[in-house]
Amino acid sequence: MKRRVNIWAWIIFLIGIIYFFLPLFSTFEFSMRMIKGRYTFEAYREAFTDPEFFVNFGYSLMWSILTIIISLLLVVPTAYWVHWRMRRARALVEFITLMPFVVPAVVLVFGMSRLFGGGLKLFGHSILVLTPTPIPLIAGYVVLSFPYMYRAVDTGLRAIDVRTLTEAALSLGAGWRTIITQVIFPNLRVAILSGVFLTFAIVMGEFTFASLLSWPAFGPYMEEIGSMRAYTPQALAVVSFLLTWGSIGLINWVGRGAPGQQQVAGAH
Amino acid sequence: MSLIKSPPTVSSKTSEKPVAVPSTRESPWDWLGLLPFLLFAFLFLFAPSASIFVNSFQDLSGHFTLSNLAAILTERDFLNAYKASLSISFITAAGGAIFGFLLAYAVVMGGLPNSLRTFLLTFSGVASNFAGVPLAFAFIATMGNAGLVTGWIETILGVDIHAQGFTIYNIWGLSIVYMYFQFPLMVLIMAPALDGLRREWKEACENLGGTSMQYWRYVAFPILMPSLLGTTILLFGNAFGAYATAYAFSGSFINLVTIVIGAQLQGDVLFNPGLGNALALGMIVIMTLCMLGYLYMQRISARWVR
Repeated sequence: MKRRVNIWAWIIFLIGIIYFFLPLFSTFEFSMRMIKGRYTFEAYREAFTDPEFFVNFGYSLMWSILTIIISLLLVVPTAYWVHWRMRRARALVEFITLMPFVVPAVVLVFGMSRLFGGGLKLFGHSILVLTPTPIPLIAGYVVLSFPYMYRAVDTGLRAIDVRTLTEAALSLGAGWRTIITQVIFPNLRVAILSGVFLTFAIVMGEFTFASLLSWPAFGPYMEEIGSMRAYTPQALAVVSFLLTWGSIGLINWVGRGAPGQQQVAGAH
Repeated sequence: MSLIKSPPTVSSKTSEKPVAVPSTRESPWDWLGLLPFLLFAFLFLFAPSASIFVNSFQDLSGHFTLSNLAAILTERDFLNAYKASLSISFITAAGGAIFGFLLAYAVVMGGLPNSLRTFLLTFSGVASNFAGVPLAFAFIATMGNAGLVTGWIETILGVDIHAQGFTIYNIWGLSIVYMYFQFPLMVLIMAPALDGLRREWKEACENLGGTSMQYWRYVAFPILMPSLLGTTILLFGNAFGAYATAYAFSGSFINLVTIVIGAQLQGDVLFNPGLGNALALGMIVIMTLCMLGYLYMQRISARWVR
């Protein structure tokens, strides 16, 4: 097929680039307008001198690290097990990991707070009253991370022959720990890191769960500042954008040359 | 990723006992390996969804009733909320699909330099994940009352669009915001699909005397159609479930279903927990239909695009 330069292709590309960059440029420009008549970084100074910023940012960091750990512990062994022993459960597991698309965050948090707020009645006792703890929050984030984490790890496992590798290792006398740490894990490093960075990007800016379950986090903090101040919110938006950009950039960087890595959109 | 990067190393310790290779025959005990995952999914995904289902059919004293569902289907406020959510999802899914497809076509087949393609795909990855509160702030800075573009239009054309009755805090304004994460998702999915169109198909069509128009009409579009439609459905669901962006952008100016559910959760604004559950159930039903449509389309497209 002859490749000829198409003027329409350029026009559409330019429109796309403008759509991408105009809001980013506007946000940056807006964030510098705090002092009338000249551009300064005053809004950033204000944002970074607010102790609340660090508190909420710290909480979000904690939530994202906990989410990543639990998500990895659940998804990696499950995906491995599906590939090694439970091929017949593949459709079921894939279906479950896609559930966050069927049950939107706001619906899930609604169901959770109703269910775990009152607890389950069992023999006249309330068990599983979880709302005073951050368990529903973390669990919600883990559920949100399933599609990305599972997809990434599954893609990684597809690229290697799990069955042959595991059986070869077993017949050479390797124990399970050796198999996981020396055989499977090194082959999944890129896949796992993609899932980790994407989960990080999603949880760091997440608003719905944290806000509706009333936990401090960067997302609700941004929203609060947005209703109080004029220029600082845009400074925070720039910070948030850099976080997302950094995470996706790292995914592309660790995944250089790895085919089939594909990410889908996060929580809106 | 396709090659094993580090060869499997085996512990050389002789003290380690050789392990018998377990048979790969299926055994019911294998399900145990999935237990933690299934338990987690049951507790934090199915149980909350099931509770929404059950509570939708309960009145204030816990008796079975259909009145909640009836209220959702008849009362104007609820119908308007669904109408707003459905129209914004439809507008941004259609718009995002068309523009995203054109953009993917431009970088894959439009003869643009390869570096631009990589750049666009990376940026699409970022943009499709850049949503929620900061996205709302970005568009307020762009086309809000003091926004940059608003200012430009005023300086260049001498028109204050906001004084002319224009507002971005309606469905169309929010649609422009949603488009920011909608069309990049289309680009991300369509670019590989366009790559999957084989050169042989185009050549076969040309050898048979087909024009470029006929190639697209009879070969390329029928092959791409399932993934095109499937992704459009995905975009639809993507917009339908969105909460944070709408909340931060317009507060409660636009009563989307998600906004109403969130308000109900924060302060029982409907004065009836059953109604909130029924609203949420309606969302689950619509999203389930979307997902089924998407999976069906994927199954069809898997026949051709590998």
